Amino acid sequence: MREIEYRHALREAFDEELARDENVVLMGEEVAQYNGAYKVTQGLWEKWGDKRVVDTPISEAGFIGMGIGASMLGVRPVMELMFWSFHSVAFDQLVNNAANVRYMSGGKCNCPIVVRGPANGGTNVGATHSHTPEGLFAAFPGLKVVSPATPADAKGLMKSAIRDNDPVYVMENTLLYGMKAHVPDPADGDFTIPLGVADIKREGTDVTLVAHGRSTLLALDAAEALKEKHGIEAEVVDLRSIRPLDQDAIINSVKKTNRAVMVDESKPFCGVSAQIITLIQEYAFDYLDAPVKRVTTLDAPAIYSPAIEDDQLPTVAKIIEKVLSITPAKV
Amino acid sequence: MTDTPDYAGHAINKKLTAEDKIDIYRTLTRMRRFEQATQKPYSQGKMGGFLHLYIGQESVATGTISLCGEHDHVITAYRCHAHAIGCGMEMNECMAELFGKYSGCSKGKGGSMHFFDPSKNFWGGHGIVGGQTPLGLGLAYGVKYKGQKGSCLCYLGDGAINQGAFHESLNIAELHDVPVIYIIENNGYSMGTSQKRSSAYKDCLAQRADAYDMAWDVVNGEDIYEVRAKTQAALDRAHNESKPTVLEITTYRYFGHSVADANHKKYRTPEEIAEYKKNHDPVNLWKEQMISEGVLTEESAKEVDNAAKKEAAESVAFAEAAEYPPVSSIFDDVYWEVDNNTEAGNTGRHFFND
Repeated sequence: MREIEYRHALREAFDEELARDENVVLMGEEVAQYNGAYKVTQGLWEKWGDKRVVDTPISEAGFIGMGIGASMLGVRPVMELMFWSFHSVAFDQLVNNAANVRYMSGGKCNCPIVVRGPANGGTNVGATHSHTPEGLFAAFPGLKVVSPATPADAKGLMKSAIRDNDPVYVMENTLLYGMKAHVPDPADGDFTIPLGVADIKREGTDVTLVAHGRSTLLALDAAEALKEKHGIEAEVVDLRSIRPLDQDAIINSVKKTNRAVMVDESKPFCGVSAQIITLIQEYAFDYLDAPVKRVTTLDAPAIYSPAIEDDQLPTVAKIIEKVLSITPAKV
Repeated sequence: MTDTPDYAGHAINKKLTAEDKIDIYRTLTRMRRFEQATQKPYSQGKMGGFLHLYIGQESVATGTISLCGEHDHVITAYRCHAHAIGCGMEMNECMAELFGKYSGCSKGKGGSMHFFDPSKNFWGGHGIVGGQTPLGLGLAYGVKYKGQKGSCLCYLGDGAINQGAFHESLNIAELHDVPVIYIIENNGYSMGTSQKRSSAYKDCLAQRADAYDMAWDVVNGEDIYEVRAKTQAALDRAHNESKPTVLEITTYRYFGHSVADANHKKYRTPEEIAEYKKNHDPVNLWKEQMISEGVLTEESAKEVDNAAKKEAAESVAFAEAAEYPPVSSIFDDVYWEVDNNTEAGNTGRHFFND
């Protein structure tokens, strides 16, 4: 079994797509000669050259808008935001142009772009650099948002995102870039994961944990502890894709377990978890044996203090506590 | 005393045949008559939202777009009707769009500010001031990426030059040798605020390009020969050197910022507006020039103008009779994959209605 880092899996996706389609171009700050601020694009400029891997100035509105304009002519830019937190200075381009141009032109303009980069807290970089905007962008029809939790998902979703003919925003995670896990060998064939398909990362019968991104890994750790200490079998549904959303996977799991806890690094107000809970109450109300609970990031701007920040984010302990508040222990 | 350059004698203008020159007049009158024909239905409440009229500025779009070839693209802001017509869009589809009809150029989804037809190299029609400037950069980047000899003419108003996105675009354009031509249509007013009250500048607005070591020029917009001569220089720079240009073309709008601009006779005097209409009207000036050249007569000019007037009136009738979009069409044109019924478009939930 081949194990590679999350960043390496992404790099492999770019390399394969650069080879597959001459219109694919990587753009962003420090992605070329510097080899990427987080070394995700390491070696690609050397291999593919100036035309295919392009350094941009620190100018998000300018280069994101440029990528959108180029995509309307058939170029397929994959644009790195060094942090998704920098979305705020490119917001008009990311929303008014990327999300709306197809609609406002009655379907005459297409926008096959990928915007990608890390979107996470937990690295003590303060409120400006710790945004998790997946729910924010998923709220704009026209956009697609994915958030991979594992190296294999990162590669497979990235390849599908690049091939997709709509704008896809990929939310990665700096805390996961160094994580190693199995990713199928390219020699075994083209490996993609479709957008809109959740992954049951752990099967269970007593409670459903719905998560995405790094929260999925916390949910898996919590599920192991719940089994060991309390005899509770938690099912972990990793959304992978926020929009399009695999609603069936969520609803089917809740119908089976009759209980649900959301694990979501977004803030609670109008975060991803809020939307999922709405769907659960709408489509699985009669199957619920307890109120749906959630573990989110505490509702304040991201604190810097290294000693404190982890407590602001979802933790394994908080997940266990929430599960126990609605699920009877079996041992 | 300095000599006025002989713009009429410029090579690009020497190439114009009498028919080309009449075509220019036809385009000017079609732009003018189309917008004039919107007035009544707009005031009758048959159109929604804003209506930003271009009347008074027609020579800018006409002169610049008259030079465009197969790989020269056009994108502008919300005052977009004339550019659409200049690029070859039909009055019917444009008028129907204003009426919010399904046969409108954007199927009734865009409205006055959002006309599009990429098949005619016209990429909108964009509502946010300055928001189109990075898109124009990207279109020109795409032209270059595909190895085509072309450009993008990206229009913006004098009020848009203070938006950050424009400056970011200028920097990238020069840095990456992108063949984009930014055309500042300087009508003197960013909505109700005069140029002097809204922009800090030394001699002119285009001069800001100096800071990016970019070529720039100022153009008298009422002289189509000058517009064409100076735009051609920018096109040559784009086509042959893959370099950007900023052109500032002076012009004037007769109406308010939009039809809803109730103050437009307060922030400028009625005398100022009257002076432009009388002595600087671009449609009249071209007509007089053509008559003096013997290309048109009063009678033949009238025929061209009457044809434009008739076409505009017919487009109103077309739009009145056209169907509104069905409510179900609200969900069309959101996602390509859904519209095209692909596997990706059928995977996962894309819309979240009850």
